[in-house]
Amino acid sequence: MSHKHTRYDVIVVGAGHAGCEAALACARLGKQTALLTFSLENVALMPCNPSIGGSGKAALVREIDALGGEMGKNCDATLMQGRMLNTRKGPAVQSLRVQLDRKFYQRRMKYVLETTPNLFLKEGLVTRLLVENSRAAGVRLRDGTTLYAPVVILATGTYLDSEIHIGDVRYPGAPQGQHPAVELARNLRELLPVVRFKTGTPPRINLRSLDYSKMMKLEGDNPLEGFSFETGSIEIEQVPCWVTYTNEATHAVVQANLHRAALYSGAITGTGPRYCPSIESKVVQFPERTGHQVFVEPEGWQTNEGYLSGLSTSLPAEVQIELLQTIPGLENAEIMRWAYAIEYDCLDPFCLESSLMTKEIAGLFCAGQINGTSGYEEAAAQGIVAGINAVRFLNGQEPITISRSQAYIGVLIDDLVTKGTTEPYRMMTSRAEHRLYLRMDNADARLTPLGYEVGLISEERYAAFTAKQEMIKREVERLKTAPVGGDPATNALLREIGTPELRHGVTLAELLRRPEVSYEQLGMLGELPDLPQTVRRAVEVLVKYEGYLRKQQAAIERFERMEERLLPKDIDYIKLRGLSREAAEKLARIRPRSLGQAARISGVSPADVNVLMIYLETQKRSEK
Amino acid sequence: MTDQTIAAIATALGEAGIGIVRLSGSTALDIADRIFVTRHGIRPSTLPGYSVRYGRVVDPVTNRTIDEAILLVMRAPRSYTGEDVVEFQCHGGVVVVQRVLEAALREGARLAEPGEFTKRAFLNGRIDLSQAEAVMDVVRSRTEASLAVAVDQLEGSLSRRIGAIREHLYDLVVRVEAVIDYPEDDIPEMEMDEMADVIREGIAELDRLIATADQGKVLREGLKAVITGKPNVGKSSLLNRLLDEQRALVTDIPGTTRDTIEEVLNLKGIPLRLIDTAGIRESVDLVERLGVERAVQLLKEADLIIHVLDGSVPLTSEDFQILARTKDKQRVIVINKSDLPRVWNLSDLPGDDLQGAKVVEISLLEGELDPLVDGIVELVTHGMIREGTSSHAIVTRARHKAALEHAKADLEQALATLEQGLPLDLISVGLQGALEHLGEITGETVRENVIERIFAQFCIGK
Repeated sequence: MSHKHTRYDVIVVGAGHAGCEAALACARLGKQTALLTFSLENVALMPCNPSIGGSGKAALVREIDALGGEMGKNCDATLMQGRMLNTRKGPAVQSLRVQLDRKFYQRRMKYVLETTPNLFLKEGLVTRLLVENSRAAGVRLRDGTTLYAPVVILATGTYLDSEIHIGDVRYPGAPQGQHPAVELARNLRELLPVVRFKTGTPPRINLRSLDYSKMMKLEGDNPLEGFSFETGSIEIEQVPCWVTYTNEATHAVVQANLHRAALYSGAITGTGPRYCPSIESKVVQFPERTGHQVFVEPEGWQTNEGYLSGLSTSLPAEVQIELLQTIPGLENAEIMRWAYAIEYDCLDPFCLESSLMTKEIAGLFCAGQINGTSGYEEAAAQGIVAGINAVRFLNGQEPITISRSQAYIGVLIDDLVTKGTTEPYRMMTSRAEHRLYLRMDNADARLTPLGYEVGLISEERYAAFTAKQEMIKREVERLKTAPVGGDPATNALLREIGTPELRHGVTLAELLRRPEVSYEQLGMLGELPDLPQTVRRAVEVLVKYEGYLRKQQAAIERFERMEERLLPKDIDYIKLRGLSREAAEKLARIRPRSLGQAARISGVSPADVNVLMIYLETQKRSEK
Repeated sequence: MTDQTIAAIATALGEAGIGIVRLSGSTALDIADRIFVTRHGIRPSTLPGYSVRYGRVVDPVTNRTIDEAILLVMRAPRSYTGEDVVEFQCHGGVVVVQRVLEAALREGARLAEPGEFTKRAFLNGRIDLSQAEAVMDVVRSRTEASLAVAVDQLEGSLSRRIGAIREHLYDLVVRVEAVIDYPEDDIPEMEMDEMADVIREGIAELDRLIATADQGKVLREGLKAVITGKPNVGKSSLLNRLLDEQRALVTDIPGTTRDTIEEVLNLKGIPLRLIDTAGIRESVDLVERLGVERAVQLLKEADLIIHVLDGSVPLTSEDFQILARTKDKQRVIVINKSDLPRVWNLSDLPGDDLQGAKVVEISLLEGELDPLVDGIVELVTHGMIREGTSSHAIVTRARHKAALEHAKADLEQALATLEQGLPLDLISVGLQGALEHLGEITGETVRENVIERIFAQFCIGK
């Protein structure tokens, strides 16, 4: 075998959502990148819901897109239904959620990978990570070959020593009937701190066997605004989802069989996520509830398989049948795949830097579920950051760090490396301090300049971006100066809109700040410039909520002052006089990059932060 | 320096001749402009460094004079901290200094962290590098001392009262956040009216808390100290001795009823309203007297009980009854007539009834009053305001009060947002802000608690 086939700049292990984004970022930035997967049939697999987006997660997808990632475009191209959630709850929390054709999603992503220059998609099972002098050197495969690269990105998902539980039956296994990565897991345990997590899925059924008259139909929004800033509006024929409810009969079945559920029999020891509870957890923890929602989600255009969202369970197969028989519409459901729970190894994220490189092994990056997260969006977000930083590592550049005040991606990574996680980590908008700024509509304003700077945003796209920003700015300025009102004709129109009359003239911006007045309605009072929908939306948010946004901006500036004060990597915290012992130990372990990050570590008190500040100043002065 | 302007009381609280409130930071002079009026109307911000001016500190809201004071201006970088520094030298009473500090905080200064002036001096190059470790020690020890005080205070009623209001706000925030983060789960949305009610209640409760946390007010009105004891143990002499001893006799409070004597005196900077129950007719049997509504009421309302016992005569049931009746109160037990032979021991008093009381033996006829005065002061301040030590307790309270006020402002903002019909994510800014300010008092991380509670309260996720 020639060198060409064994030597790369970057090796990405795992072609799930994190691995795909990581490999694409590396290859698009010009690095020879090998992307390894167990099975070429399972690239970009969604082993859980065939769905992407939702609260917090939708912003992540937008951010990935704003940086130059693929997930948003892949969603837009393969969705079957989509809805904007939280439309009445405010600009910051509106979030798109789409149902996808699972196979189509995979096929398109695979094709993108296959056609990206510098990217080499390969089937192969990695059994060992090669490390030389605390530096990543390559990977060994089960087929006996060895691939070499100075950077390895691990994006192994839930496959590390994974075990499937179906009630009291358990066996080593992975999603979609695949095999666990047992040898690699053993190898990693020797190198890095490992914890064990679990997650679960519901049964898949044949959609022909359901009684739709007993369920509620859920339609999507049509047309639909896409995830990618480059997509625009999507108008396709969508498919509906369906909603039904569990009832007391269902819960009785669960109660009667609780001792056989892997989660409750003690067979599963890993920590599961609280936000994705199994039906047995729901019944045990919320006994007062007489019903829980179940969503029937179609898996694709060309399949009759359906996903029963809300019914994730570790109960045995025959109990699953009994369970469905109690639920309206699902009484005769044919189960095609059993629900299962899966336990897997993942890393304790404290071993990572904010760049997603491991602290102990240079050139080894990790992204996705291996870092203790859950969700396709969270995985992809880490993937693109790991990819960008892998390239910067190879180029000898400083890694990029996305701040908490800049993006959900920043919140995600900072939470992981600063606080660690005791359950699979899911993004929620409540985790962000500056939620009003971290909106879906302005993800491009927040991150596209960075994407351009690192090289993932083309000149053409960047030009379109700056033109859009210019349009927004100009329209905001126009609204702030354009006079309106004070005359009977306008007042008649205002009455029509349903807002109080104006006794004297104001600016259009002032009028728009009234909660009941929309940007589009300003068109009744005078001609609006011909602007794209996304620009109109952005203008509306900026003007309507200006006061709140300005306050948030001030808070962000205060926050950033602490983030900008960097802590040298080589501080010997244990010897630093004045730190409490707990603080010293935590700081030594986590090695925060900034004073701000240090202050967020539990156990680091304001007094400890003061000590660090004084230490920084002494260092600065003694350098002079 | 872009850091916020900080303010603190720079002198030990108590009976010192002057009290200094110090401000440091870029807006120190602007704040001085708003709260200090010089005699000739010169704005402090127009003064050059090292200027001294006589004038009045005024409450910017009411425009009332708080105190006459001397203003000292030092300009960056030639000041202790290297920033613009303003000092107000006041008359020194706890009340006055506290109110001057509050005025500065209201006008935008932030209460200085312990040791922060020293820290800034160091960070701005005003303290030599060789002193870095000393600075570190100062910062650390002061922070820890103040933390200890904060913890002490938290065991008190403030944390309990914050507890109730916090719970209501958490319930609200958790519901709002759950609805936002889990839009597809069938979580019942809160009615706007219901939400407004909870916020209004929160504001009202915060108002009540601010009123009680307002030490200035408590101290202005004085702590109510009731002198009690059976007849002829020396209650009147106690009152007279205390009044004689203190220069700072203020006034008779008009309108008090004839059967009690009420005097205001200043005990080491702590104003005390001293009420002598001797005024209640003593010919009536004490037991019966305790049943008299007025006396019972007085004991109930008292912030402090001074119970006088006679060490030279045997204890009687009256003594024990008063002890039992007042055992939930802050008490100083004065064992008088120490010049005469003692006929009983401390151990003769019931231990249960004596818990937490400060016992002082004294001769009101000839002895020094110091132990009694110290005992009273220590009890009143929980030993936190001592001569020669820094003013942690006062400062911590000012911090709490500022946090309460910020929390209230945030709730008001949330309410205004809600009333304007603006969406949930904007309302939540104020709600979360309020919780975070309360969290500054209790030292908890609100964001994580909210997430914990969402999962504990709602069955969400698929």
